[in-house]
Amino acid sequence: MIESFTPLYAVICSLAAVPLIVLSSRRPNLREFWTILAALVKFGIVLSLLPHAAAGTTVTAKLFEIAPGVPLLLKADPLGVYFALIASGLWIFTSFYSIGYMRGAGEKKQTRYFAYFAICLSATMGIAFAGNLLTFVLFYEMLTLATYPLVVHKETQKAIDAGRQYLVYTLTAGVLLVAATGLTYIFTGTMDFKAGGIFRGTSLAPAVMISIFLLFLGGVAVKAGIMPVHSWLPTAMAAPTPVSALLHAVAVVKSGVFGVVRVVGFVIGPEAMSEFGLNDILFALAGFTIIMASLLAFRQENLKRRLAYSTVAHLSYIVLGASLITPLGMTGGIMHIAAHATMKITLFFCAGAIYVNLHREDIAELNGIAKVMPWTMGAFTIGAIGLAGIPPINGFLSKWFLAVGALEGGMILPVAILVLSGLLNIGYFFPIIRNAYFNEGEHLEGHTEASPFMVAPIVITAALSVLFGIFPNLFFGLFDLAGAIAAGLFAIK
Amino acid sequence: MIESHLPVYIPFTFLAFSLVIPLLAIWKDDWSQPVATAGAGGAALLSLYGVLTHAGSEPLRYYFGGWPPPVGIEFVYDGLSAFMLAVVNIVTFLVLIHSRKIRLAEFASKQMAFYSVVMLMMLGFNGMILTGDLFNMFVFLEIASLSGYALIAIGGKPAPVAAFRYLIIGTVGGSLYLLGVGFLYNVTGTLNMKDVADMLPLIAAERSLVTALILMAVGIGIKSALFPMHGWLPDSYTHASSTSSALIAPIGTKVAAYVLIRILLFTFGLEQINAVVPLTTILGLLACAGILYGSIMAIAQFELKRMLAYSSVAQIGYIILGFSLGSVLGLIGALLHVLNHAVMKACLFMVAANLRLQEGHSDIRRMDDSYRLKYPGTMAAFTLAALSMIGLPPLAGFFSKWYLALAVIEKSNWLFLVVLLVSSLLNAVYFFRILEKVYLKNPKIQETGAPPITPRQEPPASMLWPTLILGVMLLALGLGNVPIVNFLEGAAP
Repeated sequence: MIESFTPLYAVICSLAAVPLIVLSSRRPNLREFWTILAALVKFGIVLSLLPHAAAGTTVTAKLFEIAPGVPLLLKADPLGVYFALIASGLWIFTSFYSIGYMRGAGEKKQTRYFAYFAICLSATMGIAFAGNLLTFVLFYEMLTLATYPLVVHKETQKAIDAGRQYLVYTLTAGVLLVAATGLTYIFTGTMDFKAGGIFRGTSLAPAVMISIFLLFLGGVAVKAGIMPVHSWLPTAMAAPTPVSALLHAVAVVKSGVFGVVRVVGFVIGPEAMSEFGLNDILFALAGFTIIMASLLAFRQENLKRRLAYSTVAHLSYIVLGASLITPLGMTGGIMHIAAHATMKITLFFCAGAIYVNLHREDIAELNGIAKVMPWTMGAFTIGAIGLAGIPPINGFLSKWFLAVGALEGGMILPVAILVLSGLLNIGYFFPIIRNAYFNEGEHLEGHTEASPFMVAPIVITAALSVLFGIFPNLFFGLFDLAGAIAAGLFAIK
Repeated sequence: MIESHLPVYIPFTFLAFSLVIPLLAIWKDDWSQPVATAGAGGAALLSLYGVLTHAGSEPLRYYFGGWPPPVGIEFVYDGLSAFMLAVVNIVTFLVLIHSRKIRLAEFASKQMAFYSVVMLMMLGFNGMILTGDLFNMFVFLEIASLSGYALIAIGGKPAPVAAFRYLIIGTVGGSLYLLGVGFLYNVTGTLNMKDVADMLPLIAAERSLVTALILMAVGIGIKSALFPMHGWLPDSYTHASSTSSALIAPIGTKVAAYVLIRILLFTFGLEQINAVVPLTTILGLLACAGILYGSIMAIAQFELKRMLAYSSVAQIGYIILGFSLGSVLGLIGALLHVLNHAVMKACLFMVAANLRLQEGHSDIRRMDDSYRLKYPGTMAAFTLAALSMIGLPPLAGFFSKWYLALAVIEKSNWLFLVVLLVSSLLNAVYFFRILEKVYLKNPKIQETGAPPITPRQEPPASMLWPTLILGVMLLALGLGNVPIVNFLEGAAP
């Protein structure tokens, strides 16, 4: 364990950019410069933590006490660094993309938009590095609040309604999480995350254990989009597309599933999970969500809403991985955090580019657009088949490990769910690709690709999906890291 | 030298100033406000000094005229009373600074009377906090109450009626308390709190003792607006002048709640009470009912001050709930909430006052997004206070609720836990309703051409700064709650 303030710098880096962004509100280029600079610096800081994480050491920043005996604790453990790396890395692309999107779509109040975006990323880093439950709660609520202005950004009645729904769901989840944290503290006397679980080896009555788990689940399930508390996510698509792309495909919702992994692996612990049958509850919910959300995706005529339901389904892949309580299943789940991130962000970027460029949002209107937007639709195709789990894209790998993990535990049902969901994925993405490539389009004369600010991130994230599919350890060694995290949870005897 | 006389210097600063103000007013009426503010500032400094130097040392017992109890009257300056004095006097100081412009707008012709009576009321409150004598408590209670009636009567047209209603109910409360003291004296033969506390274990539970206890609890319950004895509060707070409500709302009911703590916890002792009547259970349930009732009624209000008044009914519930649990954690939660709520409510009533001065009303229905541009500072303070009221970390309000929640969990009282959590969400409903109006454009209002230019209309610095200071204080009190909690832990019996 190393004592260092590096995790703190990663958290406050984008927060420090907020005043600069606000002060340069009249000079858009300078303002966006701050965003890009913060994104790059943040990624650099997280990257500097990676070697420690890969070596299995934890960098800890212990700040002042936030409650007697409970410090504000930032701990860059391997899981935290893994998540932080994905979120901060994709923020760079999203920042460039945002510039193209916000200016292209002529959105108002762009300063507010960039400022809250930066706060969101700080909160996400805080969630990733939180070393105890109270710190986690603090940043979790901060993320809730900072996302709200982005959801209501357009200030239409639809957006405001979406914002209200968002707050009702997330604030309710917040109080459940606080209750669960309090219970944990009173029953165990600690709030520090511990690989293998805080509750490991404690003898609590099953009823108490199940209630605590359900409260935790209630707390994290909303952001993780687990049914039946998922419905805020499709509604939140009222936000500008970069928000949907980074926050509602990566940062916010992944904070939810990250929370699930933290609770399963570091609070309740795999042992207690299977001892009290808690993994069955989790599995049932995840399996149901995967199938139902995939089916519901078919009914969505709006492209972003279809992607949202697809997100709901894929988030539950990760939850499913956690519920298997096998090392390989956990590995698959953690890998899917990264895989789904690169693929889904590509798809949302594409949806945004189509909206800004052609002002089209419905799937029926996408006829023939591949002719004018070849790069965008090419990237879209890669993301879509990756989500369906077809090699050589990274979605295949994570799905493979999920399936192997299920077999490792002697379970067939999860494999069946994964196969069925793969077919459903093909089912709901195929019409989009068919419309774009094979149907004759109308009113497309004079249109070309979107601005390079948007196309470049799209192409890069799509390329990353392919590269990580073929070389999973490329650049960052993410694959080994995921395996090491999972192994670390189950190795404790 | 100062230390040993501190218990007298602090309250008698107010007494001296209440007499100086009328004398000065003969010469210059306009000087009342600065002089009163200076007096309150002096008392605030002394109380702050007392808290800082007195932390953790033995209680200071001040015998008036050198007569030891039970013959004489004593003031007790221990951790608890030092803490309360600091809270009450600092908030008062800020409210009086804030009143600089309000006095001209709302009671220009009655300045001398107003400020002199304010000083008298503060003498009453300070005396209630310090006294170690049950009858002397009644005297100070009446000084504070009578001045309170007068201050509430100085206000809008319906104010005298509201004040008269308060007078009737308040006098009943005071009389019940006095009756209770009579019964107690009959049994114990002493009025000194410490003597009573020493003597009670020796006396078997007599019927007159129970009568005394219930009469005193009901009497003080009325003064602290404990549900269902809160009827006088909403009208009084709504119709009183802005300064009166900003002064009485944050501290008036809190001091009464403190008296309840002194009498029930320190004098009678909860265990002995519960052996005779399940008083704490009853108090806890009433507190819960008050929390829910106050929050729901607050949602139904259209007038900001009235909404805040109902919210006060709910907040007093938290305090009573906390100490009724009879644990150290519960008492810490309750006392921390006394502090936090005093700061939050003072800040919120100041916001209402600022709006009333500039707009002539504080009607929630008439608020729109122009307020964001007209009052950026006031609205920022409002946002901080509102988020703190909801209980979002890291603002102060979260932490008092956190300790309360821990205390409730420790006692395994699940009903109370549910009430605490639900009330947070109800708070969110009535505050986000306003935030949404102020920060987001109303989509129903069609935009006609260029947006109207709205210049800043912030109230003068004497009003804006106290509001902002209180808002920022919430952040500081939240992040720095540990030293306060440690201090309170030392003050607990």
